[in-house]
Amino acid sequence: MTRMTIDELREHLCAAYPDLCPLFSVEFGDGVLLVDSARLREALEDLKELGFDRLGMVTAVDFGDEFELVYRLTSRSMRVGMFVKARVPRSIASVRSTVDLWPSADWQEREIFDLFGIVFEAHPDLRRILLTDDWVGHPLRKDYIDDSIIRRPDYL
Amino acid sequence: MSAECRTVVNVGPSHPSTHGVCRVLVELDGEIVRRAEPIIGYLHRGIEKMAENRSYLQVVPLTDRLDYVGSMYANWAYCRAVERLAGIRVPERAEYIRVIVCELQRIASHMMSIGSTGADTGAFTAFMYAFNQREQVVDLFEALSGSRLTYNYVRPGGVGADLPEGWVERCREFVAQHPAAMMEIDDLLFGNVICRARTKGIGVLTPHDAIGWGASGPVARGSGVDWDLRRDDPYSVYPRLDFTVPLGERGDCYDRGRVRLWECVESCRIVTQALDQLEPGPVQAEGLPRLLAPRPGDAYDHIESARGSLGVYLVSDGSVRPYRMHVRSPAFANLALLPMLAEGHTLSDLVVVLGSLDPVFGEVDR
Amino acid sequence: MSFVWGLLYGTGAVILIAGGAVVGVWWERKVSARIQLRLGPQQLGPAGSLQMLADVPKLLFKEDVVPASADRLLFRYAPLAVFAPIAMSLAVIPFWAGWAPLDSAAGVLFFLAVPSISVLGILFSAWGSHNTLATLGGVRAAAQMVSYEVPRALAVLSVVVLGGSLQPSELMDAWRWWWIPVTLLGFGVYFIASIAEMNRGPFDLPEAESELVAGYFADYSGIRWAVFMMAEYGAMIASALFGAALFFGGFMWLPGVAGLAVHIGIAALIITAVMWVKWTFPRLRQDQLMTFCWTVLTPLALVQLVLAVVVALWL
Repeated sequence: MTRMTIDELREHLCAAYPDLCPLFSVEFGDGVLLVDSARLREALEDLKELGFDRLGMVTAVDFGDEFELVYRLTSRSMRVGMFVKARVPRSIASVRSTVDLWPSADWQEREIFDLFGIVFEAHPDLRRILLTDDWVGHPLRKDYIDDSIIRRPDYL
Repeated sequence: MSAECRTVVNVGPSHPSTHGVCRVLVELDGEIVRRAEPIIGYLHRGIEKMAENRSYLQVVPLTDRLDYVGSMYANWAYCRAVERLAGIRVPERAEYIRVIVCELQRIASHMMSIGSTGADTGAFTAFMYAFNQREQVVDLFEALSGSRLTYNYVRPGGVGADLPEGWVERCREFVAQHPAAMMEIDDLLFGNVICRARTKGIGVLTPHDAIGWGASGPVARGSGVDWDLRRDDPYSVYPRLDFTVPLGERGDCYDRGRVRLWECVESCRIVTQALDQLEPGPVQAEGLPRLLAPRPGDAYDHIESARGSLGVYLVSDGSVRPYRMHVRSPAFANLALLPMLAEGHTLSDLVVVLGSLDPVFGEVDR
Repeated sequence: MSFVWGLLYGTGAVILIAGGAVVGVWWERKVSARIQLRLGPQQLGPAGSLQMLADVPKLLFKEDVVPASADRLLFRYAPLAVFAPIAMSLAVIPFWAGWAPLDSAAGVLFFLAVPSISVLGILFSAWGSHNTLATLGGVRAAAQMVSYEVPRALAVLSVVVLGGSLQPSELMDAWRWWWIPVTLLGFGVYFIASIAEMNRGPFDLPEAESELVAGYFADYSGIRWAVFMMAEYGAMIASALFGAALFFGGFMWLPGVAGLAVHIGIAALIITAVMWVKWTFPRLRQDQLMTFCWTVLTPLALVQLVLAVVVALWL
């Protein structure tokens, strides 16, 4: 069981799923698969099939009009990790849940729902997790306004 | 028994065994836990949001407040992400120092966990013995960074300061006596027939669930999942160091505790080797600006913390502040296992299971 | 006359238990500190021995909080219901040759039966607190204290069989030094069952700091809490004194005051051992506690009883 390099991962991925191949890129030394939000679920299923048995991290980034969902997958058998990224429009921020593929998505998707307001369809228990149930707004959105957020000056 | 006959107990948020501020909503049928739901967020300070309003260097003290039992880890994981983003090369001496402090931190953190296994089962003496060891590590860190809990020591590009005079000798003294002290704690705690009865077969986690639920660190290794980032995704100078990864077999609280214990002994070996290989040199990368402005993009880096794989995901928009910081917290993922592990055991076992998952709520709630 | 005598006795018992608790708490702090690589109290008086004199006023002056949802009557008087039976049980302990404060013909039975009444006080406090954790602690205490009565009574019974009397003074008159090896097993059972009776570690499930916070007295503060504390130390002192007399002869070794000193010395050793056990062992689980009582302790006590009967008949 040796550690797979990014190039080997790319070859492996292209051999198994040629349609995912052109979406693969390397960024800061990590493999990144940038997929369309409509194909996200399909791609994740394929990658799980390929041997990515752990979902290490799910998070989101607010890019104004769009949210970017970032999935960090790890494979124990190939000893390699990679990213899957998908963008969803802010107006219809909704994506299929991955709890049935990896249970570890459960709390992390709740966290994204809590802090970004992205809805995960078919999530068994989508509630706020870190904030109180009556909290208004989603703090990690860039347009969230709160008086207690103080922007530090640029100089040190 | 119908649901109406169940007793609902709130364990926490202010309770001696929740290891911080966690509330576990427990439905009891007599003494048997039928459902346990951790309710978290009591320590949510919005560190990820705060990081968006600070410069890259100003975020380091924030990462101290994540895992306050093992501040060095969050420091290091964050710094690795920044270094990856900004393309900073860290001097070799700094890498060695980072490995040394992080392995010492592992000992300190595991001492807290093993000690609280004792405290949770009512053997407070084991807690004091474990804390005796932890104190010595904390003293070492105090000499290094000036503080005893939030060190702010690992910085982007290196470490905050070089080792003070005589520190290496003190550190060697500590690691020389530590394995024997560990064996004593092992005898006192895991050698005790009551403690074994309380931890063996309790909260069994199967390897399949451990992987699926994203468990990492001693929680996953206690179930026999052979996964350690220090060896499987080697970073820093770990490839040059010789160590083994202890594994459990049954995945119960006992195995999780024992894995932590043996990890401490392995950490001593790593520290000794790293001290041997340590050579003079700079501890901070040259010519680093006070205000880092990495090129736009995103980077993720992770290290093996005392609780598992601790990752930091950073997005830069080219400005002096992180556009987004996300912490992949191992304690968060491990804590999600609690409902599954505690179900069917008694209330007494619930606190033992919770303790064996070793959550630190600064990191869970962020 | 008996009323005056009772009043005198009551005052004496309260003073004895209060004094014993003060000394006991200090001693426990010192013992636990030695076990835990600490120093314990050391600021006030020699070796911190005056620390408790500072702690008692603190407890007295603390606010006496009664939770709004509590049953006030039960909540307020439950500590006394726990304390009183334990103070009463001191009455039948033989301190002097041919003498005990209440030298009843059923004295041994009195000692075994009366402290168990305090389980009612524990249930009162648990129920009166109107708190789930307290109720759980109270139920645990009831189950535990009633179960451990059995091996404890059987263990004491083996001494009674040898002595042929239930009256403490007669029993002590009959006491011979060779009873020690014969009843050693019985003392072991008595020791363990007594720890369970007084709810101390490793059988402190009803209070279980780490699970039930403090169990049945979780909501108590100040002097009412102190009464619970005193009851615990009182039970420890009573069990130790009684055990020292029955199983080790107590004052029989030396005449007069010296004998009393030996008696108290043996009891102090037993108390220290109780503390040692508490600060070494983790806590059992409820089901393990019950299993231990019925499958280990009770059979052992029965074996001891058979042994004692055989020895008594053979004589």
